[in-house]
Amino acid sequence: MAYQDEITHMNRDELEELQLERLKQTAITCYENIPFYKESFDKVAFDPYTVETLEDIRKAPFTTKQDMRDSYPYGLFAVPREDVKEIHMSSGTTGIATVSGYTENDIHAWGDCFARGLGYAGTGKDDVVHVCYGYGLFTGGLGAHYGGLAVGAETIPMSAGNTKRQIKVLQSMGSTVLCCTPSYAMHIADTAIEMGLDPKKAFTLKSGIHGAEAFSDQFRENLEDKLGYKVFDVYGLTEVMGPGVAMECDRQAGLHVAEDHFFIEVLDVETHEPVPDGEWGELVITTLTKEASPVIRYRTRDITRIMPETCACGRTHRRIDRLHGRTDDMMIIRGVNVFPSQIEDVCTAFPEIADWYQIELSREGGLDIATLKIEIKPDFPIDEIRKIEALQKRLQQALKDELAIKIGIKVVEPHTIQRSEGKAVRVVDLRD
Amino acid sequence: MIDQLTVFLENTKGRLTAMCRALGQADVQMHALALADTTDYGVARIICDDPRGAAQALADAGFAANITKVVAVEVPHVPGGLADVLECLEKANVNVEYCYCFVDAEKGATVAFKVDESAIEYLEQAGFTVLHPKDLYKA
Repeated sequence: MAYQDEITHMNRDELEELQLERLKQTAITCYENIPFYKESFDKVAFDPYTVETLEDIRKAPFTTKQDMRDSYPYGLFAVPREDVKEIHMSSGTTGIATVSGYTENDIHAWGDCFARGLGYAGTGKDDVVHVCYGYGLFTGGLGAHYGGLAVGAETIPMSAGNTKRQIKVLQSMGSTVLCCTPSYAMHIADTAIEMGLDPKKAFTLKSGIHGAEAFSDQFRENLEDKLGYKVFDVYGLTEVMGPGVAMECDRQAGLHVAEDHFFIEVLDVETHEPVPDGEWGELVITTLTKEASPVIRYRTRDITRIMPETCACGRTHRRIDRLHGRTDDMMIIRGVNVFPSQIEDVCTAFPEIADWYQIELSREGGLDIATLKIEIKPDFPIDEIRKIEALQKRLQQALKDELAIKIGIKVVEPHTIQRSEGKAVRVVDLRD
Repeated sequence: MIDQLTVFLENTKGRLTAMCRALGQADVQMHALALADTTDYGVARIICDDPRGAAQALADAGFAANITKVVAVEVPHVPGGLADVLECLEKANVNVEYCYCFVDAEKGATVAFKVDESAIEYLEQAGFTVLHPKDLYKA
């Protein structure tokens, strides 16, 4: 039995009944306890007491990140401050953070959500969970930590950074589960290899729970090859909870949403109308159990789709596909929409280049210039310039085939692209 | 064949200096340096007295450095000397990827060729002196 199997296998009718009951309660609580929602519901004449079906929530207005910033610090709390036991914040480029509060029940629910994902990865009491997401206001570290505790595993709060020490602890503690961003997992693997270790033999990892940034299937395969374990995607965001909103099972075919805690919609990016299951759009989340910071129809800006089929694993909670990216990450280069993940998909098909890349956007004479910086691998025959140029040309052509725009390729020295301990910096936009 | 030290260098300020300093600190003496440059990067090809040690020292210092096999030939230091060597290679249908010259106080002029290994036989048959690692590396 995996963690909370009875909930993740719940009969759909019962699950939807539970969702409806919780949705009604959440809408009413928001209306009665949070002035922002009273005002925004009244403005569009949405009466939370009239919710009869799950679809009725579509009459409610959206909540945006800006709404949350405007309510800083605790304008969106639904409970008295004395009931709030923990605070997390999500930083923004604008400098004003969004705040999420947690009651004791919220923290337990969070641990449960992440623990389910650990269960999907076969984690139990005998496992050692090595958490090197950053601990702190960022939800990654503590979310994974509460999950590790809930599932009963030995949990090591490494936090991010000091990669050599991470490697030492992975070896000496016999860690079996690695929780961090996919780019940091790659950095740990590469550093271990540079130290002369074979991570497959030096570590005893069975699985990695890697999220907080989009990564391609090829990147996943490279990670699995290097570390000899299985990689599970995890999705979450501070604004509605943290990591654990959706977790991938061992079929590696989409992430099961914790539907007893969250109601999801996928909407057309332009019209904000619902798209049919299977089609891509922006994920919108309503919390169903959150006490301190409930959220109605939060616009996540994440692009995904609801996977229409029932998962072969037998769990009934619906899946969202692995993220295409964030609408925020989407670059518009000479009028073409480009996600960093599309570029990564192309890059990872070239074994000659390392797993690190960065896209630099600049503007010359009113025209967007996109340059992809790549690091070549140490064993590339660097003495023949025509081979380097041939690689650049092939990569450029592959990108043009995929994206229909020309991207310049700049080959740089190893280790010159900044390594990340948290989210990788894939795009540097120098355009004004 | 001779081990050539090959280093990929970004065209950024101070990068060549940093490489040379790293080699100096590793007690590596260069006999020859040829730099092929493009807009964004350059490739330094170096003949030195400890190519393996130098490659390791540079890799440790974060450079993209590796070893390439080349053929080093003594060339008569007279007009037409290099032409004689090249004609020999041409007759043998050996393709020259690149080459560069250096002068040694004792041996006179030497040329390093990026060619197929088979070139050694043709050159020696034609009476040219092909250098061996012991001629260039420190003991």
